[in-house]
Amino acid sequence: MSDCHDCAGCAVAEAPRSLTNGARPHVVAIIGPPNSGKSTLFNRLTGLRQKVANFPGVTVEQRVGKAKMPHQHSDVVLVDLPGVYSLNPRSEDEQVTRDVLAGAMPGVPKPDALLLILDCTNLGRHLVLAAPILSLKLPTLVILNMADDLKSRGGHVDTAELASELGSPVALISASKGEGVEKVFQFMEGTSAGTTSLAPPRVELPILQDIPRCRQWAHDVGTGAAYRAPAPPMWTRRLDSVFLHPIAGPLIFLIVVAGVFQTIFSGAKPLMDGLQALFLKTGHGIEHILPPSILRSLLVDGILSGVGAVIVFLPQILLLFLFIGILEDSGYLARAALIADRTMAKFGLQGKSFIPLISAYACAVPAIMATRTIENKRDRLATILIAPLMTCSARLPVYLLIIGAFIADRPLLGRFFGMQAGALLGLYILGFVAAIATARLLKSSILKSERVPFVLEMPPYRWPTLRSLGLRLIDRSKVFLRRAGTVILLVIVVLWVLENLPVKNGQPPEIADSFAGMIGHAVEPVIKPLGFNWKIGIGLVSSIAARETIVGTLGTIYGKEGTEDSLGLRNALRSDLTPGGAVALLIFFAFAMQCMSTVAVVRRETGGWKWPAIQFAYMTLLAYVCALITNQVVRSGIFTLTAHR
Amino acid sequence: MLQMSVNNGHGAVPSHAFARTLAQLAEGESGVLDRLELPDDIARRLMELGFLPGHIIVPARSAPGGEPRVYRVDGSEVALRKETASRLILRPSNGAGK
Repeated sequence: MSDCHDCAGCAVAEAPRSLTNGARPHVVAIIGPPNSGKSTLFNRLTGLRQKVANFPGVTVEQRVGKAKMPHQHSDVVLVDLPGVYSLNPRSEDEQVTRDVLAGAMPGVPKPDALLLILDCTNLGRHLVLAAPILSLKLPTLVILNMADDLKSRGGHVDTAELASELGSPVALISASKGEGVEKVFQFMEGTSAGTTSLAPPRVELPILQDIPRCRQWAHDVGTGAAYRAPAPPMWTRRLDSVFLHPIAGPLIFLIVVAGVFQTIFSGAKPLMDGLQALFLKTGHGIEHILPPSILRSLLVDGILSGVGAVIVFLPQILLLFLFIGILEDSGYLARAALIADRTMAKFGLQGKSFIPLISAYACAVPAIMATRTIENKRDRLATILIAPLMTCSARLPVYLLIIGAFIADRPLLGRFFGMQAGALLGLYILGFVAAIATARLLKSSILKSERVPFVLEMPPYRWPTLRSLGLRLIDRSKVFLRRAGTVILLVIVVLWVLENLPVKNGQPPEIADSFAGMIGHAVEPVIKPLGFNWKIGIGLVSSIAARETIVGTLGTIYGKEGTEDSLGLRNALRSDLTPGGAVALLIFFAFAMQCMSTVAVVRRETGGWKWPAIQFAYMTLLAYVCALITNQVVRSGIFTLTAHR
Repeated sequence: MLQMSVNNGHGAVPSHAFARTLAQLAEGESGVLDRLELPDDIARRLMELGFLPGHIIVPARSAPGGEPRVYRVDGSEVALRKETASRLILRPSNGAGK
């Protein structure tokens, strides 16, 4: 790129800043390289008053928050920009950063001032970003973060000298501990009151396109400010000699992964049971208070059981994000990605795809959001496209129901590993195999990448802070609950209405004669070859919104409570579904993309309907064909399946 | 202005027959980077991370199986796969850098 940063900067500097105050909020952008503590500072300044969205039209996450000024009435709007090393627009992140700074991003006001945050334990390299930022000639506070690390490791910098060299105020802070943050507030109060004046930098800014010269410039500026780099982080090296040890490293890695997996299942169980009991109790409570009526039926059988069936997964999702948060904030995630890279490379993916894929065992929605750590666009897309094939927790209720009804619990490998557990494990493996096979297929065809190399910066190990973990959990809960309160609620209500219409003689119809039944009958010809009847058809249609809905739907259809009396539902299913159809149903659920939230999140993350449409078509086709083959094979009696009657 | 020669041929012999690549350095050794034989945008990205001609690079731990390996460069640690490290050409060594 040859267009001049300085020119864009001049145009900006001419605008009288004091006039822009008034009605329009004062906008401050936070910019800095990756791992400089940008998000920590953003959280520190805004707390809970932030929201996460995407920049319009791109997959880059936009975090906007409000910071309360200690001595002023009006809030300052803070925009957290993606971590970048330069403003050369090569990646989407850099393009977005550049556009926002130039005021060219639709919907995002042009920042009035900037907070440039740099890691002062690595000032030489991080100062390189100061050159393009200062050339924008916006009021800028240069924040030297990790002041505590610099001090404890014996480094030094003269902030006053650095400030006069750069012509911008400099603040030495520790964002994680909150030390020195008041200087950031002071700066923002100054710029919003219009009292900050720009001093020209004493040093000449380098030509931005020449990285070696920029680096040399940064070195000279650092030297001018008496910068002494701190000693290497000894604790990080010590920990790495364990976590990246040839034998202990992979072992710890496996233990961490297994531990996360195990805790998501067993650790969340008491909470999930508690939530489930709470919903049941509430249902009974409502039944006591309200007389039998249409409203009660809608409230208890429809909304409460349907939405409740989804909300019970909240503990699992929170636990997963707690773990991801700890792993990411502590710095272990980068090591895990390093260890997993070779294995993932065999499937055409890379180390950074590993954690999202493991997360997808809990839920594809957070997993797809977790792919944001993958910079390579094609690798990221491939990971997004295969994540819903991993066995998510919403499939579990369906699997448990069908396996419980159709597979005899005979010992398979000793007493503790029976046929049922084997079948469940088999389904998990099936999902994984389908995912990696699809990854290979994608990476050798439409997503064949131009070999973008794997480059991964290893951050020093740090203690995760409760504040950042807590904010992350609150944010993810909001996303999840919004989904349960919107998409799933809507489907449940629609389904309930369809089941209770048309009204005959003032009575709701039999299921078979209801609109829902008609839909079931309408799809029956299509699903008959798979061994499914019209009742399963209703279940399948309702489960397009969310997989677990089928359990509740079948419960209503068979006139029995789905969760309370699963034995009754099992018996009903057994008399209604052939063994071939049962296995086919399992296979169908293993592959089909019945989850509107996943479709929605893929659309959001890929910035359009193209990829979710392709993904939905691919997974549905795969599910249909595989279920068809399964049903035909089982029916022909090649494998004898023993149902325990 | 960029100090790199783009080399598209696979397995082309580097101009300095004796020049070693970063991938050939063992853990604990060190070398001075001479040039990056990589496409322009990838080379720039690596340079932003500190892989600049003249900088000393020290290989550190690797993932099991020998790659990707972590390299200490310019005050930080960056992991690269072998295929990338073998495109970073070191200055002919007379001792280990400065």
